[in-house]
Amino acid sequence: MRTWAAAHRRACASAFARLLASPLANLLNICVIGIALALPLGFYVVLANLQGLARDFTPQPEISIFLTADASAADMRVIEQRLKSRSGLAGFRFVPRAQALEVLKSRAGLADVAAGLSGNPLPDAFVVTASANDAAALETLRAEFAAWPKVAEAHVDSDWARRLDNLLAVGRYAVLMLAAALALALVAITFNTIRLQILTQRDEIEVTKLIGATDGWIQRPFLYFGALVGVTGGVAAWLLTALALLIFNGQLHPLAALYGVPLQLVHLVWADSLFALLFAAGLGWFGAWLSVRRHLSAHNPS
Amino acid sequence: MTQIVLSGVSKRYPGGYDALSNVTLTVETGELVFITGHSGAGKSTLLKLMAAIERPTTGSVIVNGQNIGTLRARGIPFLRRNFGLVFQDHKLLFDRNAFENVMLPLDITGFDRREGARRARAALDKVGLLHKEKARPITLSGGEQQRLCIARAIVHRPAVLLADEPTGNLDAEYATEIGTLFSDFNQVGVTVVLATHDAQLAQRLNPRIVHIRGGRMIE
Repeated sequence: MRTWAAAHRRACASAFARLLASPLANLLNICVIGIALALPLGFYVVLANLQGLARDFTPQPEISIFLTADASAADMRVIEQRLKSRSGLAGFRFVPRAQALEVLKSRAGLADVAAGLSGNPLPDAFVVTASANDAAALETLRAEFAAWPKVAEAHVDSDWARRLDNLLAVGRYAVLMLAAALALALVAITFNTIRLQILTQRDEIEVTKLIGATDGWIQRPFLYFGALVGVTGGVAAWLLTALALLIFNGQLHPLAALYGVPLQLVHLVWADSLFALLFAAGLGWFGAWLSVRRHLSAHNPS
Repeated sequence: MTQIVLSGVSKRYPGGYDALSNVTLTVETGELVFITGHSGAGKSTLLKLMAAIERPTTGSVIVNGQNIGTLRARGIPFLRRNFGLVFQDHKLLFDRNAFENVMLPLDITGFDRREGARRARAALDKVGLLHKEKARPITLSGGEQQRLCIARAIVHRPAVLLADEPTGNLDAEYATEIGTLFSDFNQVGVTVVLATHDAQLAQRLNPRIVHIRGGRMIE
């Protein structure tokens, strides 16, 4: 156990030494890996932020019922009775057309529009809160309300949140595909780096194999090197993303101030960051492993 | 007890060249065996078969009861640790000094560093290179490089020394020195198998001589 640990310590030290032996070449390599990983990482961060935003704003499952323009107070009461007796509703409120106009007038930028109107074009409306929040149940309710007499139309108000959610799901797929493509690039980069190292250390590999070194012993420093390049590339990607967020948030600040809402993109939480680094290390290790496997078998006896 | 048994061994290289044909040979523990013959006769191939660097085309090579023809790849490193290999071209690593070259066989087995350093210095002392432990192989003479290679071959105290033309590039004086070294190791119980075309060397040490001509054995 102690010799095993010592062997790993030595392999790790040798990987570090190799990294420092050609600093420029390795730095450039790490930069390439960093940029390749920063792309999906950055997209993921933006997506995660949007998702948080969508979750904060997702409203109650509300359905607006707009009455026809010729609906009377009696019609309104009939609908009120129907809503009261309908099960599966968490509540409802009546919004008379005059009140709707007042709300419109009070909205910034829309007051002028309202002032330009000759009469009140807005209909009376009920805003119904459903107790279920799945798309199918809401749609059933909406269709039912729309079919009632004196109802012009019925709307599910949380539609936009659903659409955003669907859009984000598409975005997540896009990030996943991008990440897969660039993970492949990382594997290819480490594969080639290790291949070059193997070529320069051909003599050492041949001699150690001849005097009885196991494949495990020979490949260990290369695997450590691959993981090390991967993890430093991951750190570079994390820093690049952090830098991009810093610049972006600076640009976002005046915009957020204008609308009076706190708009700030935040970086990955620590657990996610750690996972990203481990993933990068794993990819580097895998690329090195492929390379070493391929080149070590050439020395087996025939 | 490390016994090497070859029975009916042939080795044909891709392209149809027969390096060895029907060789049967047993090397007992503690023997000093010289394999002689002209270059190209098949001496090197014979040694490579013993160290599992090559596998036989037909026949069997059995070392320590293990058949090299069927030995799995992951078993080969452990078989090779029974041997000390001395190469004509030394195969030293030029990016490290003499001491580190000799440490290599101990490093690969995870040998304790401090005890290993003691052994490496003992091996260097044995071949008369202790004063050059910090020297890079490139700064050593041909004879010194060969002795360094021998130090590396004996540092892990192998049961068998396999040497392929260890005096090939050396003048007579150095060759005698090296030959005496191998004789000394044999005196303390190490099996030595040495391939050489140097007839003088063979005469002086009075070993068992196996002559090979055109891939066939003449004892």
